Amino acid sequence: MSEPVSAVKNAVFSGIVRVEDCGPQGMITLRSDASNAKLKQAVKVVIGADLPPVRGISANGDRAVAWMSPDEWLILLPYAEARAAEAELRKALAGTHHLAETVSDARAFFRVTGDAARVREVLAKLVPVDLHPARFGTGEMRRTRMAQVAAAIWLESEGEARVICFRSVGAYVFDLLSAAAANGSEVAFFDA
Amino acid sequence: MSTRLAQGGRFLNRARKVNFTFNGQHLTGHEGDTLASALLAQGQMMVGRSFKYHRPRGMVASGAEEPNALVNLGSGNRLEPNQRATTTELFDGLTATSQNHWPSLEFDVGAVNTYFSRFLPAGFYYKMFMYPRAFWKHVYEPFIRQSAGLGRAPEPHVRDEDTYEHFYAFVDVLVIGGGVAGLQAALTAGRAGAQVLLIEQTAHWGGRAPVDGGTVDGKPAAEFVDAALAELRGMKNVVLRDRCMGAGVYDHGYVLAYERISDHAPGPAGPRHRLWRLRCKQVVTATGAIERPLSFAGNDIPGVMLASAVRDYAVNYGVSIGDRTVVVTNNDDAYRTAITLKGLGLEVPAIIDARAGGGGALADEARALGIRVETGKAIAKVKGAKRVEGVAICAQAGEGAVLEEIKCDAVAMSGGWSPVVHLWSHCGGKLTWDDAQAMFRPNADLAPTGAAGEAFVIPAGTANGYMGLAEVLADAAAAGVAAAKAVGAKPKKAEAPQASTPDEAPIEPVWLMPQGADIKLRMKAWLDFQNDVKVSDVQLAAREGFESVEHAKRYTTLGMATDQGKLSNINGLAILSDALGQPIPQTGTTTFRPPYTPISMGAIAGEARGKVFQPIRRTPLQDWHEGQGAYFEPVGHWRRPYCYPRGEESHAQAVAREINQTRGSLGMLDASTLGKLIVKGPDAGKFLDMLYTNMMSTLKPGRCRYGLMCSENGFLMDDGVVARIHDDTFLCHTTTGGADRIHAHMEEWLQTEWWDWQVYVANVTEQYGQIAVVGPDARKVLEKLGGMDVSKDTLPFMAWADGELGGIACRVYRISFSGELSYEIAVDAGHARALWDKLLESGAEFNVMPYGTEALHVMRAEKGFIMIGDETDGTVIPQDLGLDWAISKKKEDYIGKRAQERSHMTDPRRWKLVGLETVDGSKLPDGAYAVADGKNANGQRNVQGRVTSTYHSPTLGRGIAMGLVLNGPDRMGEVIEFPGTDGKTYKARIVDPVFFDKDGEKQNV
Amino acid sequence: MLILECPYCGLHADETELAPGGEAHLKRFGPGSSDDDFEGYLFMRENPKGVHFERWRHANGCGKWFHAARDTNTLEVFGTYSAQTTEPPQDIKDKISARRPGWTWREFA
Repeated sequence: MSEPVSAVKNAVFSGIVRVEDCGPQGMITLRSDASNAKLKQAVKVVIGADLPPVRGISANGDRAVAWMSPDEWLILLPYAEARAAEAELRKALAGTHHLAETVSDARAFFRVTGDAARVREVLAKLVPVDLHPARFGTGEMRRTRMAQVAAAIWLESEGEARVICFRSVGAYVFDLLSAAAANGSEVAFFDA
Repeated sequence: MSTRLAQGGRFLNRARKVNFTFNGQHLTGHEGDTLASALLAQGQMMVGRSFKYHRPRGMVASGAEEPNALVNLGSGNRLEPNQRATTTELFDGLTATSQNHWPSLEFDVGAVNTYFSRFLPAGFYYKMFMYPRAFWKHVYEPFIRQSAGLGRAPEPHVRDEDTYEHFYAFVDVLVIGGGVAGLQAALTAGRAGAQVLLIEQTAHWGGRAPVDGGTVDGKPAAEFVDAALAELRGMKNVVLRDRCMGAGVYDHGYVLAYERISDHAPGPAGPRHRLWRLRCKQVVTATGAIERPLSFAGNDIPGVMLASAVRDYAVNYGVSIGDRTVVVTNNDDAYRTAITLKGLGLEVPAIIDARAGGGGALADEARALGIRVETGKAIAKVKGAKRVEGVAICAQAGEGAVLEEIKCDAVAMSGGWSPVVHLWSHCGGKLTWDDAQAMFRPNADLAPTGAAGEAFVIPAGTANGYMGLAEVLADAAAAGVAAAKAVGAKPKKAEAPQASTPDEAPIEPVWLMPQGADIKLRMKAWLDFQNDVKVSDVQLAAREGFESVEHAKRYTTLGMATDQGKLSNINGLAILSDALGQPIPQTGTTTFRPPYTPISMGAIAGEARGKVFQPIRRTPLQDWHEGQGAYFEPVGHWRRPYCYPRGEESHAQAVAREINQTRGSLGMLDASTLGKLIVKGPDAGKFLDMLYTNMMSTLKPGRCRYGLMCSENGFLMDDGVVARIHDDTFLCHTTTGGADRIHAHMEEWLQTEWWDWQVYVANVTEQYGQIAVVGPDARKVLEKLGGMDVSKDTLPFMAWADGELGGIACRVYRISFSGELSYEIAVDAGHARALWDKLLESGAEFNVMPYGTEALHVMRAEKGFIMIGDETDGTVIPQDLGLDWAISKKKEDYIGKRAQERSHMTDPRRWKLVGLETVDGSKLPDGAYAVADGKNANGQRNVQGRVTSTYHSPTLGRGIAMGLVLNGPDRMGEVIEFPGTDGKTYKARIVDPVFFDKDGEKQNV
Repeated sequence: MLILECPYCGLHADETELAPGGEAHLKRFGPGSSDDDFEGYLFMRENPKGVHFERWRHANGCGKWFHAARDTNTLEVFGTYSAQTTEPPQDIKDKISARRPGWTWREFA
């Protein structure tokens, strides 16, 4: 097998924050009824994390589960482990109505790091989301519109945000984030 | 002459000089100047020409309401026309030129219009340029465009070198306006704990109060401003933003604010403007008030200025407008200007007060300073042309008989104040007419309402019609309390500071000066300075039947200039009301629309320019295509290679080469953009039977089936190959443009109609790169890569298999859109380039080459395969295309089935798909219609068909086309005519749409 | 620029995250239905100035369809609710009745 190539190949931009491609990232779309008795256990066993609450993301080391919709979750894990985990999930959920599909290559994945307020600002230039620290914190997964495309964002920690978008618009989103992070473009709205 | 005073100017830093140019002339001002104040300080009163008559125009105002002082600002990549000098902060290196004049500002040819002004009344253009109609486009329009207009747009090749951005913010309370009312409202709401954003359009906080005087808690207003700012800056829940204008208030608390970050100091990195896209629970509009001009003859002559502006220039910028300033007013406020000027040692020859009873305490103060005050008097006319030379005085009650002439070089006028109700009104806030103060003010009972049905805009201070400092602060504190309460904060009782100002005598409305002014005077009494609308024009409009204020506005152009009637509207509608003999509230106002003042196009676009103007979608092979110098065509937001020209090849030659190579040996296509949807669940088969016209539930795992999808209206909307992966899992291919649309279509039916069906859909379009390996040598190259059995027996036509090729995991579909032996290989996108490279390498011996979308199109047309978007246009049903074989007769229902049973869908006269071959082998024009005998009701030739796709086929060496033709399938061999737009008529023979390899021998090997 | 609360993710979503889907609570008519019924289903739509029921999708969000009851004139939102119902829930109807006395279900305007 060849080495996987991510959408924007380890691109980096440094301005008021640092924007970088995270490289290949394992992802699985998991769909099931939330009340499926096997679901919680399957996720716990395969991923090692609890099912997150509505709009939540719960992590276990380099694995995480994010709420995407009332019947959809996104599983994050190392790229090389995705297909195996997909098979395990299918097995664990066998006999129940579900869908587990690897989508690692369907996405682009970025890390935005820097001063906590600056990181929020850069995102707030692009998404119609209230990113005030009082109302958006770590542990929340936010699917939204980033400029003209769909995206999902969350805070890994204060000063470190993650952005997921479709692979085909990875370059667009990287350029957007870079433009929003241009030097001299501090807003100082979240500083107070 | 206007000039700089020896002292004063609270905004100035006299220690720092600032160099700038105006019309090429090198001038200096001070740090803190606006372009307007710096020009006035240099004696440059005249700054432009009016729109219609090209009359000389000078500054009238000192702020955003300025109608005249519009200049071209900057040059080259930073040229911007129509910039207001009064809101342009001076910086080193600023360049400005005046506009709307030729050849020069001082001598302008267009100014002859003023002598013909009696022939250019309201509606002149409407009346004059009616006939003949043929002249509209090429004679009248260029003429009108040439003679009218303000600044010129930058040349098309010029690119703005600045950057812009948006910023989304959510606040409890937005306070618009940083005058004392805004400061007080923000203080009250902020102290209550609400999250507050306070914005001010200028670079200065405190608004007019420091200029107008009065005390707050016994101290000068300016000290209150400083203390309020200090307190607000210390609050963690309050953000202050100057140079940030509230541009528009919209539904559900959406507000646009326009921040001019570096207009006052261009150069450093970062955006020039930022458009704040705010969502606010409550909005306090503390937007102040704008002084109204008075309508007297010659009120547009440079040197006639709003009384408040004369005061502003003196106090804020240390600039005197003239040595001898006559003040003319109908209210007490203008007396402040006289008192201020006198205090600076300037002459005020007279205050002309239209009120018979004169003024109150301020009038007494003025008299005590020795200023002559004339009551019950008016200005009959202003003397002068490019500059005020004097005024003729008459009785306000009369018709203009001159009593006396007074020499002066400036006139400070005040017709009273109009609250700035724009932002209150944008989202539906209603107004009420305040007779006592002669103004429209917000009607608090009819506020704009938000999502909960409750008011979300609160007017405060002068914007709410409170004119005295004490009541302004009390009202603003109350607004702060109300806003805080509405957002769930707990405000203390309204604790407004105690303010005091002199008692004022009431205003008396004066809409025309003198009240009985004759027509000669009315024709020189301007209402709208920028658009050259006079009292006589509005009266004419009323006489001609334009009774609605909205009609009168458009007929006269009153208030339609870039200032949107900030100075002229109230005076204009008062004149209109008088002409119609009805009270002002009955006439009403025109609609206030955002933005409050023009905002830059750059700010609206934000980041969306250059490479992020729109999201361009890239396949995993895009880098390779670019490296090959592919010629791209847009397909939705994708850019797909149309062809890969080599050397000097034309596109047509490249397409022909790609087709010949593929049909002869081996070609490769990047098919990654095709939609791929996983449909899984116990009811997946049943669901697909409803979505597709044909039967999908009977498809065997491991096999593929071509399917058609219709809308509920019966029309064909998408097609593609469906593969059954497992018993309960299907993979549906869609068209490139259909991926997101069909995914949404599936979710819609599953979520809103058949929500009890157990089906999940996942869009895996971008998980896979998809490579079509096409041509007689396709199998050989895959076998060479090795890893899986792709033989005819193991992987027959319309089958698929998982496996590995060259060590890369993939899924191989034996499907064909070209009629050739063809494999479509789906591979994880991150490995697609590796597989592509391996295929190229092992295909080299077969002279493999990539082909683009045009080769794809031609090859599918040679085979008579339809293309969604070519053969379909949203009005075509599968039956029109001879696709009845793909419509299940067994199914009780599918989406579109009922619609296809409608009488006009089953009409045998519907045009049907056929092939078309020109008699001479040429290519039919795209979209051409086949004509029939006779003419229709509009005198046009009847038609009997149209071309849906047309190409030159290199395989057949002739033009081929498909089209929809009346009774087409029954008319094989018949020749019909297609007139082209080139004047030629093309003759084409109706043939079978399958032009090549009718029996499918090539693909089935 | 509306804000509607997505009943699935609980977010007050900006209109730019949403996709409109026209009138809610249409009954589908398929093969075998009369021309009038089918025409009504496919083409005839209410266009009230006032209370209306609409379909929206949280397209740039959780992807779910939901229904919104709102006033097309004042833009007041009475509530949002699951799309998987054939008529508005009682609490939404009660709220509308309280805000628009005299209104009854299936009487638009």
